[in-house]
Amino acid sequence: MSQTRIRVLVGKPGLDGHDRGAKVIARALRDAGMEVIYSGLHQTPEQIVEAAIQEDVDLIGLSIMSGAHLTIFPRVKELLKQQQAEDILLIGGGIIPEEDAESLIRDGYAEALFTPGTPTTEIVDWINDRMKLNRSKYF
Amino acid sequence: MNGVQEWLKRLFLQDRRAVAKLISLVEDNIERHQIMRAVLPRTGNTLVTGITGPPGAGKSSLVEALTKLVREQGESVGIVAVDPTSPLTGGAILGDRIRMQSHATDRNVFIRSMGTRGHLGGMAKATADVIRIMEAGGYTTLLLETVGVGQSEIEIMHLADTVIVTLNPGTGDGIQAIKAGIMEIADIFVINKADLPGSERLKNDIEMMLGMTGQDKAWRPPVVLTSVYENRGVDQLQAEIKRHHAFLRSSGRWKIKWQEQLQREVWRHLNGQIQEQFNSLWPKLLSDAAIAEGTDPGQIAEQVWSVMMEEMKKKND
Ligand SMILES: Nc1nc2c(ncn2[C@@H]2O[C@H](COP(=O)(O)OP(=O)(O)OP(=O)(O)O)[C@@H](O)[C@H]2O)c(=O)[nH]1
Ligand SMILES: [Mg+2]
Repeated sequence: MSQTRIRVLVGKPGLDGHDRGAKVIARALRDAGMEVIYSGLHQTPEQIVEAAIQEDVDLIGLSIMSGAHLTIFPRVKELLKQQQAEDILLIGGGIIPEEDAESLIRDGYAEALFTPGTPTTEIVDWINDRMKLNRSKYF
Repeated sequence: MNGVQEWLKRLFLQDRRAVAKLISLVEDNIERHQIMRAVLPRTGNTLVTGITGPPGAGKSSLVEALTKLVREQGESVGIVAVDPTSPLTGGAILGDRIRMQSHATDRNVFIRSMGTRGHLGGMAKATADVIRIMEAGGYTTLLLETVGVGQSEIEIMHLADTVIVTLNPGTGDGIQAIKAGIMEIADIFVINKADLPGSERLKNDIEMMLGMTGQDKAWRPPVVLTSVYENRGVDQLQAEIKRHHAFLRSSGRWKIKWQEQLQREVWRHLNGQIQEQFNSLWPKLLSDAAIAEGTDPGQIAEQVWSVMMEEMKKKND
């Protein structure tokens, strides 16, 4: 019997206190059968990466409303690299202007970025599709 | 599998990525036997402290406060936060880390959140494995948090050597706890949020109930008042945990507990195996019309049992 679950860390870096979006996503992922670790507001990139490693998540989803996306995504990616944990996928959402989103993805700092108003089913499908290809988690 | 060996090697070098990966493997039921066989010889020396109680009682806050004390004393801490209330077949939102942020980048504190997955043999089996992997990975203080006051939580708390039941003043928690049968498993009572009114009264209620029930005479559960907000009572709680640990070791209770835990654990495994075999046999028995309508289920069970025994013999020959 397979007991595998996709595990996701939903992180809320930065100083803003809006976590409504993050919570909506968390619930949608849970309802899709995933285990969501939610670690609260005001996370530093260091805290997020350490939690992701300990919880051994498949994917980190960052919700950023503060405009700090251009520093946070590269920093999280760099820390993952330092920890040899690049197998953990990084995605995000929030208020991110299109040209910034394009450059973050082009430069490999994020796998996917979802703008506010994206149907949660789209995010769930994206994750499920990627995880099908990405079952090399262990070895 | 080569990969598992590599992770095990790294586990014994106290590499926390290996701790994390091996926990996932065991939770996913991949190579579990191989992993646990390697891990077990390096476990069994550390007493596990469990914290349970109703939702929102302040369990995670207490875990964080205790962790702070333990870290000041130079020990490393492994924490398992179990949420057995998540729907059996679905996903889960695991939020205990929110209250444990002050240790989030401390490499000597390892926190792992677990949801229910409909584990064969129950949640407790998987939890036991996770605790052992942490111990084998070098964490010297082991804390287990689980929410709720139902049967599955009590099952999980049986994995702990010292059980702390956390209640709050002014909530009717005392009465709930008796109803749920949680009084019997408590080694220490904590009245958290003692900054709120009604703590002394709840303390008196608990003391009174302890006086009435036939508790283990050698150990009377102390009632500790704490306030994480006012940073009060947590050092006293730690002192009581240490006192209980010492009691377990000096009185020989530890050995008895260990035997009880082993018995439960062996049963969980057996139970899982029996269930699996039964489930695969049942449709055949039904369709073979070996079972007449109106037969007493108890009698059917005896029939099924002998079929299962035969199958087992065949397998062993
Ligand atoms: N007044 C008061 N509030 C507290 C105290 N300790 C914790 N809280 C608050 O109680 C709430 C729940 O705290 P948690 O530590 O998450 O409780 P928990 O028992 O782990 O909760 P679950 O895991 O969700 O069951 C939070 O809002 C805390 O800030 C305390 O000593 N006094
Ligand atoms: Mg909690």
